[in-house]
Amino acid sequence: MPFKIIASQCTGCSACEPICPNVAIVEKGGIFAIDPKKCTECIGYFDDPQCVEVCPVDDTCVIDVSLPRYKAPG
Amino acid sequence: MKAVAGGGNGANHPATSSKMLPTGEHKGCRASAVGGKASCGSYAGQGDLPSEVWEKVKNHPCYSEDAHHHYARMHVAVAPACNIQCNYCNRKYDCANESRPGVVSEKISPEQAARKVLAVAENIPQLTVVGIAGPGDALANPVKSFRTFDLIARTAPDIKLCLSTNGLALTDHIDAIVRCKVDHVTITINMIDPEIGAKIYPWIFFNHRRYTGTEASRILADRQLEGLEMLAERGVLCKVNSVMIPGVNDEHLVEVNKAVKSRGAFLHNIMPLISAPEHGTVFGLNGQRGPTAQELKALQDACEGEINMMRHCRQCRADAVGLLGQDRSSEFTAERLMTMELKYDLETRKAYQANVEHQRAAKAAAKQEELMELAGEMSDITLLVAVATKGSGLINQHFGHANEFQVYELSTSGTKFVGHRRVDLYCQAGYGEQDRLAPIIAAIGDCHAVFVAKIGGCPKNSLINAGIEPVDQYAHEFIETSMIAWFKAYLRRVQSGEIQHVTRMAMRDPAMTSVA
Repeated sequence: MPFKIIASQCTGCSACEPICPNVAIVEKGGIFAIDPKKCTECIGYFDDPQCVEVCPVDDTCVIDVSLPRYKAPG
Repeated sequence: MKAVAGGGNGANHPATSSKMLPTGEHKGCRASAVGGKASCGSYAGQGDLPSEVWEKVKNHPCYSEDAHHHYARMHVAVAPACNIQCNYCNRKYDCANESRPGVVSEKISPEQAARKVLAVAENIPQLTVVGIAGPGDALANPVKSFRTFDLIARTAPDIKLCLSTNGLALTDHIDAIVRCKVDHVTITINMIDPEIGAKIYPWIFFNHRRYTGTEASRILADRQLEGLEMLAERGVLCKVNSVMIPGVNDEHLVEVNKAVKSRGAFLHNIMPLISAPEHGTVFGLNGQRGPTAQELKALQDACEGEINMMRHCRQCRADAVGLLGQDRSSEFTAERLMTMELKYDLETRKAYQANVEHQRAAKAAAKQEELMELAGEMSDITLLVAVATKGSGLINQHFGHANEFQVYELSTSGTKFVGHRRVDLYCQAGYGEQDRLAPIIAAIGDCHAVFVAKIGGCPKNSLINAGIEPVDQYAHEFIETSMIAWFKAYLRRVQSGEIQHVTRMAMRDPAMTSVA
């Protein structure tokens, strides 16, 4: 299950974009979105998902339960 | 209060304690006017300021009180990301009618910022300074911030560059700051005691994780003070901003003041918390109030000593444009910039500014003359007066058009700028409404007189009834010279028994006198 950004809550501050280890976050019309194909939930990089940690608005970067959980390779 | 004397926890940091500057080595911009009472960077009083420091501050409206009458600044909102959360900030908030830090109407790219600087410089020749002040943190967006500085330096080499930061990432960027010739850095330091910090900062994002509570504030305070010291060592002028939060850090800011002074801060700017429920901030929602103008002044007075206290801060937006107290950002939106033809005319700007310097010198000379005459006066009367001005150091604003009044303290030692009082516009479409007048009178209720270019008969009478003398005889003359002349006449009137001097008390209702 990758993370997603709840568009209505995103302030467009861009804090998440440069710190994503997978370069999975892109700007779309002033707000940001996570490419689910690239998101690894930061597994293998950091203990905590970086977008969640840095986002200034609580509960904006959340697990996308509609998608299957990320599986680390190997 | 758990304030720790002599620098608090930051001083225990090995990197910070070893390099402490002796107190007073950095004398700040104290001017040497009569009685040592001149406000920061007074033109006449380069005094004990080294020439290289004077060159840096003399036309910087934020670093020199005198310069703020003559020169303009702009903020370019290229830095939206932040790395800490503050209880006085709400990142979702954005309103064109709000004027306070962290608020912007549109975020722009470094390229748009460079273009905007050209447009503003062409239209506002008083522009001397471009700063990056958010709406997030300049150094949490290092790529965008330093690219912006590089672009501006290329096209507008005479513009001074500054940035404002919470200090968390400061030590990582000292070399870049020096390389880009950013010679003014403002660090917001609200505490040096993590127990107090925990009430202001819910979390920080540092080294790829979120820290909370006192741990977060300990890291933040240590890094802020370390960064301040490193900058001071490299000759970068540092201003420290502190938000005064009554009941949280108000008493503690005296300790913060000592700590930043000992680490080489040039100027300390204690600002009032701006707090209202509609801002949606933690403080706004939990009813935390801001200080009254009088509480703020008392704290600033208590901190004044070897470091100068900034009292002319207008807490401007992260995209403000114009003279302090003025915001012309709406004239320079990204959309409008697209259609503007831009060129950078350095020669015209130089000529304009040479003329400004000429005026400043004339103003300083006139003030000196009046001061000489005042030197013979014997009186212990100290009083406050308010002034309506549009800039240039002149009494050139109509009472009804003023959205703020500058407040000066007068005594036989001379004049001292002590702050400004924001008021709602009294004159709307040519008609002054009575119910708008009461809050203005309350805002300047501790002043003995208000100097204006012009004033209508009705507000004039209301002011007189409230014990505030409306003075319009010095219209379009120099502020300080006029005040000294008026003060001399005032003393004469008291001596002759024509009037009796009474001490005017501040209004106690915070809602009426809040500086926010």
